[in-house]
Amino acid sequence: MKNSGYYSQFGGAFIPEILVPTFDELESAYLAAREDESFWREYLDLMSTYSCRATPITRLDNLSSQLGGANIFVKREDLNHTGAHKANNVMGQGLLTRRMGKKRVIAETGAGQHGVATATMAAKFGFDCTIYMGAHDVARQRPNVFWMEQMGATVVAVTEGSQTLKDAINEAFRDWVSNMDDTHYVLGTACGPHPFPEMVSWFQSIIGTESRAQMLERNDRLPARVYACVGGGSNAMGIFSGFIDDNDVELVGVEAGGRGRGAGQHAARLAYDDATIGVAQGYKTYFLQDRDGQMQDTHSVSAGLDYVGVSPILSSMHESGRVRFEAASDDDVVNAMQRTVRHEGLIPALESSHAFAQAYREAPGMSAEEDILINMSGRADKDIFTVADAVDDPKWREFIIDKADAYKQEMGDA
Amino acid sequence: MREQTTLEQSIRQARDKKDILLMTHIVLGYPSFDDSLRMVEDMVNAGVDLMELQIPFSEPMADGPVILRANAEALKAGATVEQSFKMAERMTKEFDIPFLFMTYYNILFCHGVSRFVDDCSRIGIQGCIVPDLPPAEGQEYLDAMHAAKLSPIHIFTPNTPADRMRHLSDNSSGFIYTVARKGVTGKDTAFSDELSDYLALCNSNTDLPLAVGFGVKSREDIDFLRGKVDIAVVGSESIRVMEQDGVGAVKGFIETLVA
Ligand SMILES: Cc1ncc(COP(=O)(O)O)c(C=O)c1O
Repeated sequence: MKNSGYYSQFGGAFIPEILVPTFDELESAYLAAREDESFWREYLDLMSTYSCRATPITRLDNLSSQLGGANIFVKREDLNHTGAHKANNVMGQGLLTRRMGKKRVIAETGAGQHGVATATMAAKFGFDCTIYMGAHDVARQRPNVFWMEQMGATVVAVTEGSQTLKDAINEAFRDWVSNMDDTHYVLGTACGPHPFPEMVSWFQSIIGTESRAQMLERNDRLPARVYACVGGGSNAMGIFSGFIDDNDVELVGVEAGGRGRGAGQHAARLAYDDATIGVAQGYKTYFLQDRDGQMQDTHSVSAGLDYVGVSPILSSMHESGRVRFEAASDDDVVNAMQRTVRHEGLIPALESSHAFAQAYREAPGMSAEEDILINMSGRADKDIFTVADAVDDPKWREFIIDKADAYKQEMGDA
Repeated sequence: MREQTTLEQSIRQARDKKDILLMTHIVLGYPSFDDSLRMVEDMVNAGVDLMELQIPFSEPMADGPVILRANAEALKAGATVEQSFKMAERMTKEFDIPFLFMTYYNILFCHGVSRFVDDCSRIGIQGCIVPDLPPAEGQEYLDAMHAAKLSPIHIFTPNTPADRMRHLSDNSSGFIYTVARKGVTGKDTAFSDELSDYLALCNSNTDLPLAVGFGVKSREDIDFLRGKVDIAVVGSESIRVMEQDGVGAVKGFIETLVA
């Protein structure tokens, strides 16, 4: 075990001794894959034939003129198979799992996107698959659980702790410490112990590499600003990585502002000053925690951003000032989503809508000579239950009540 | 030759009189601090030789269901690090056995690592087990512990190669904690020839006393370990007994182990 994986003071590998050889093996496999050009070629081939890469860039014609100011472009990660950028990471780790000769994958999931993506990958590669999901999230996200189970995954409802994403991560680690010999843990974001933050960012860098080339080809210039929502930080790391050396491109990470500042009301670790540096879930970063170091509850309208920690790489870019962090409130996010649906016919996930909300706030203050790029990390049509609640649609509610009545009648008849 | 810490000396002295020592584990503040005190008193009276006091943490990654829930319940009841220190201080004053802290690194980090070690020293805690802090990440902690002549205790596992065992041993004092199997605390362990071979390997890679834990819960388990290790650790099982039969049942349970 080398003392590696630090980004200024953040990162590291704070892992139980039993997993040290497993992490050594993973790091070696990851480094060997990076050295081997055929690995990335195989990855690109898989992503272009199984998912929808390269994903296009769409100009928001209507909203650009409505808002005035900058021209707004959107990177369409929603067009990936399974509907989010999560596929980029999962397919890459699937190839790596196969290289390591492992036969079983496990993953945590919050909203269910990463769980569905992992179950999809496992079905394609022929791996056994177990997904850990907080019991609260299982109750909220039945459609995703349905698809995971259809794809052959076992979905375990985690009843410990706050029954959300962080507890699912702990449970996945508990599985891994028993089953590391044949099992790979497909961590879903750019967090956790080294090499996960770096490895997940590497797979997601496909977003940034494509985006930079596409923006240059289309506009003959780079965007002035790039916006991405930040949960654990993988879609943000993905798109930012394409522009990291372009100092004129401002990078903006948008966190979950929830109901506003104050403990338990949001999940903004960097934009607000409620978080402090700590070590949990195997890495050092900013956490929403109390003075003793106990993790606090978080809140967001979007399950995918509702997390106590954040990528150590983003924490270091926060400190260096390379990335500016903002927070968007639940209300602004739902408005931004509805506006995008209504005027552009695009359906951004509630997570992605955080990036849209911030971009819409800033675009009018910019010049028509400037372009901005929003990472649309996923689509919301598959989260119809959550979205219908978020926009409080009475007709949807009626439909569900009728549907439930029909089921009850059926069960009563049987 | 390393200098023996007070902890190592007392383990060796106790071993002169007994062929295996018993260490138990409780979670401070679970179900309450009063109950923690009562359990320690009963355990000491029943003949326990040393004790591991866990300071509760919200993300106990290496713990299984029983201890995990105990951590969560203690926090729900409002347990703080300060209260844990106060209670531990009282225990070290009242009972004449070595006490250790077990907790996760964030508790030390947020308290300030050197302040944490100073506080341990001040209240008479003799060593610490921090399962998510490998030596490579823990230089500040190791330096502070060695300077205070306290014992940082590391863990051997069935996955640990021999050269890493020696590295861990070089960074430890007091004793080495070996886990009997993969997985988390509180699940069954097979007490087998394979385990004996593994314990022999552990012994050959450290000159420190050896403790073994994870799944030790009966007199037979302890008899199996006699002659193979210095300390048997009973963790989840006494918590389970307490949950099933009440705090008062713990003493009887420990007596069946040491009888
Ligand atoms: C569509 C979408 N965007 C963003 C996220 C947040 O994750 P990250 O910050 O790793 O991109 C999620 C997580 O579930 C998601 O599903």
